[in-house]
Amino acid sequence: MAAKTILIKPIGIIALCCISTLATATPHIQRWQSASGANVLFVENHDIPMLDVAVTFPAGSSYDTADKSGVANLTHSLLDAGADGLSEDDISRGMADIGAKFGGNFDIDRSSITLRTLSSAAERDKALDIMARVLQSPAFPEAILAREKTRLVAALKESETKPDHIASKAFQKAVFGSHPYALPEQGEVATVEKIAIQDPKDFFQAHYHASGAVVAIMGDVTRAQAEAIAQQLTAWLPASADPSALPKVAMQIAASEQRISHPASQSHIMVGAPGMARNDPDFFPLYVGNYILGGGGFVSRLMNEVREKRGLVYDVHSYFTPMKEPGAFQIGLQTKKEQADEALRLVRGTLAEFIAKGPTGKELKAAKDNIIGGFPLRIDSNRKILEYLNVIGFYDLPLTYLDDFTRKVEGVTAAKIRDAFARRINPQAMATVIVGAPEPATKQEAGK
Amino acid sequence: MKTYLLCIALLSGWAQQAAQAEVFERTLSNGLKVIVKEDHRAPVLVQQIWYRAGSMDEAAGKTGIAHVLEHMMFKGTKTVPAGEFSKRIAAAGGRENAFTSSDYTAYFQQLHKSRLPLAMKLESDRMHNLNLTAEEFGKEVRVVMEERRMRTDDEPQSLMHEKMMATVFQEHPYRHPIIGWMSDLEALTVDDAKAWYKQWYAPNNATLVVAGDVKADEVFALAQRYYGAIPKVAQPPRRNFTEPPQIGIKRLVVKAPAELPQLVMAYHAPSLADPDKDWKPYALEMLAGVLSGSDSARLNKHLVREQQIASDADAGYDSTSRGPGLFMLDATPSAGKTVQDVEAALRQEIALLVKDGVSEEELKRSKAQVMANEVYKRDSLFYQAMQIGQMESIGLGHRTLQVMLDKLQAVTAEQVREVAKEFLLDDNLTVAVLDPQPLSGKSKHKAEGGASHGR
Repeated sequence: MAAKTILIKPIGIIALCCISTLATATPHIQRWQSASGANVLFVENHDIPMLDVAVTFPAGSSYDTADKSGVANLTHSLLDAGADGLSEDDISRGMADIGAKFGGNFDIDRSSITLRTLSSAAERDKALDIMARVLQSPAFPEAILAREKTRLVAALKESETKPDHIASKAFQKAVFGSHPYALPEQGEVATVEKIAIQDPKDFFQAHYHASGAVVAIMGDVTRAQAEAIAQQLTAWLPASADPSALPKVAMQIAASEQRISHPASQSHIMVGAPGMARNDPDFFPLYVGNYILGGGGFVSRLMNEVREKRGLVYDVHSYFTPMKEPGAFQIGLQTKKEQADEALRLVRGTLAEFIAKGPTGKELKAAKDNIIGGFPLRIDSNRKILEYLNVIGFYDLPLTYLDDFTRKVEGVTAAKIRDAFARRINPQAMATVIVGAPEPATKQEAGK
Repeated sequence: MKTYLLCIALLSGWAQQAAQAEVFERTLSNGLKVIVKEDHRAPVLVQQIWYRAGSMDEAAGKTGIAHVLEHMMFKGTKTVPAGEFSKRIAAAGGRENAFTSSDYTAYFQQLHKSRLPLAMKLESDRMHNLNLTAEEFGKEVRVVMEERRMRTDDEPQSLMHEKMMATVFQEHPYRHPIIGWMSDLEALTVDDAKAWYKQWYAPNNATLVVAGDVKADEVFALAQRYYGAIPKVAQPPRRNFTEPPQIGIKRLVVKAPAELPQLVMAYHAPSLADPDKDWKPYALEMLAGVLSGSDSARLNKHLVREQQIASDADAGYDSTSRGPGLFMLDATPSAGKTVQDVEAALRQEIALLVKDGVSEEELKRSKAQVMANEVYKRDSLFYQAMQIGQMESIGLGHRTLQVMLDKLQAVTAEQVREVAKEFLLDDNLTVAVLDPQPLSGKSKHKAEGGASHGR
């Protein structure tokens, strides 16, 4: 509950989950298919008397349609609004009583429901019982849908005033056009207002199947217990249907630049294009290359050029968002309006040079040293390992993904990076969005 | 990139018993306190160095210097050029950063267990060899101004919080923002940074915490080798501020471009001073838990779910700080409701607390969460080290963590009612309101600032 205000310097966002290596022992991952058809990944570990479970479905916002944008998110968020005779309050109170953390994650690909509980039998059994009912028999009460729609619409209207949100929405649209990856994760005011109770009910029936489910289990239970848990959580899900495939992302986009006015003192700038998929053959060259360009925090080229040398920004970063289909490659920064154009020129110049020449040998070595040397930090907690289980299961990565990771990073060369970037990122064909754009007419700003 | 809210309050459990056994401490002859938390789950470690100097130690007109100096600590020493610290840690596979609060400033590195000597070599070097130049300072203070624009000036809720703190506290330096007022940032010079560094960056004003797959004896030996020769610096007595009693409600309104209004009610409250004898701070922690420790806690259950007056409602209190505490309630009115409506609803909740107290069931639930969180925290090496560093830096000592757990479990329902009655009073209260303005309200800027954003 405590609220301490702390200022932290940003380390560049690293959106990629992955890595493996060295003499570090990787967790022993067990994988099987549950009788229900669910794909189960399990790591047994008894160091701490607790259990983490995540159940994930291909039911993210990319399964929405443009006219009902927001149904996927509401389906996800209404799961614990009542289920199998339990009221919303029964569910949250039941979990709170035993100190369990019941939550979820939602993005364009995935809808996950997560549980962290003590592993002692009484707590564990109660938590899993509630989770099983929420997952498999959600009631979707109409009154709660109405309440949540009202809250969501208010939140969306608030977001519409935030420069980073405005930029992000325009950017997704510019990069993905009519592909569902362009749809806002939570929907839009106009589409959310139209959603009726049958919509989440239908969406649940259509997308929450055992055959598409990934059950990740990490912690203090035995294999036999894990098998029972996976079955308990998925046995009664709706009958299977063919998994709905996403359309292909158009990899080439036309160059575009949008300048959107906003009263903020800073311009929020985004530059990018479609990037790569999660199981992309170019994954490692692009990942390592991006570390050098703008993913490596204080030591990246972008940070060095824009912040360290010139003090133009607090944060500048680049990252790939590897998804089922190719997600965006993007560069982001914020700077006061008067210097926005200068910063943007620098960013474009830095990117163009990187694409043209690739990294130096010294940069490549530094990147590998960090990624390989830092591998143990990627798997040093149950929480991190659980997320790897989730990603490996959901994106169908090899079970040896963690074991192979450092070797794959080691195999990346400067030529491979240059080649992969040249094929993926064309500096002449990128989307640029500037919110709080400097206006040509007046460059002056109220006395700061 | 946002202001980080760290929850350290509700700790808990039996697990702490076992954990405490693995905490070792030693103080070097130059006054540096070294604390080691052994945890052999993974072959990694974290080093954190905590300086007892935060924004509350800044002089008038110099706000922001603690945080600016934190940035400057990455700008090189006599032997390690600017930017090189980060490069060497990165090359060793490490992650590193730093943070500044009102009470302290801390630096950390997370690495493979074999890299502690490197981290200590670099960290001890910048404890006394920092090379502060006007050129680097000039660039970095601009970076901090961008940080301020991003975190505060363009973030309506942060802006309201900043102005609220300046209203809540009349004398105590908690009234100043950690990041500093913009006009102070503009006036700071490299000499201010030098003076700050010289005064506070000393072994006898610091705590070194190392947690992870290490052996305490080896860590102590390394600490002696790298930090042992750094000379002490005489520390001035700390000024104790006694915030004059507030004698009547305070209200403020902050206008900013936004859609939703927000209401915050901040009550002065004590912080933990004598962990063995105090009981009120523990009761206040449990009160915050009963009000908003989970989705089924009172504020969310009553205001958001049942009455649907608010779209969000929370309570917060932190018993552990160098300065005075605050008990805060905040809420966002739902569509069609006003800040007056949510204030009335929050006041109704307080009246209910004072009249009927809390139930044994609610208290038990909050205690269960405290206990469970104590087990969960073992999954984060960083957080465990952080708790130790914070407790040392605010002067309570890390052994107080166990005392707090025991005391929290002993809080009674009547004590919770008593603290609600004693502290949640109008004479103690500041009410802040965010009054949302349309984005296109540019004429206002023109009128007030004399400059235009144009169109």
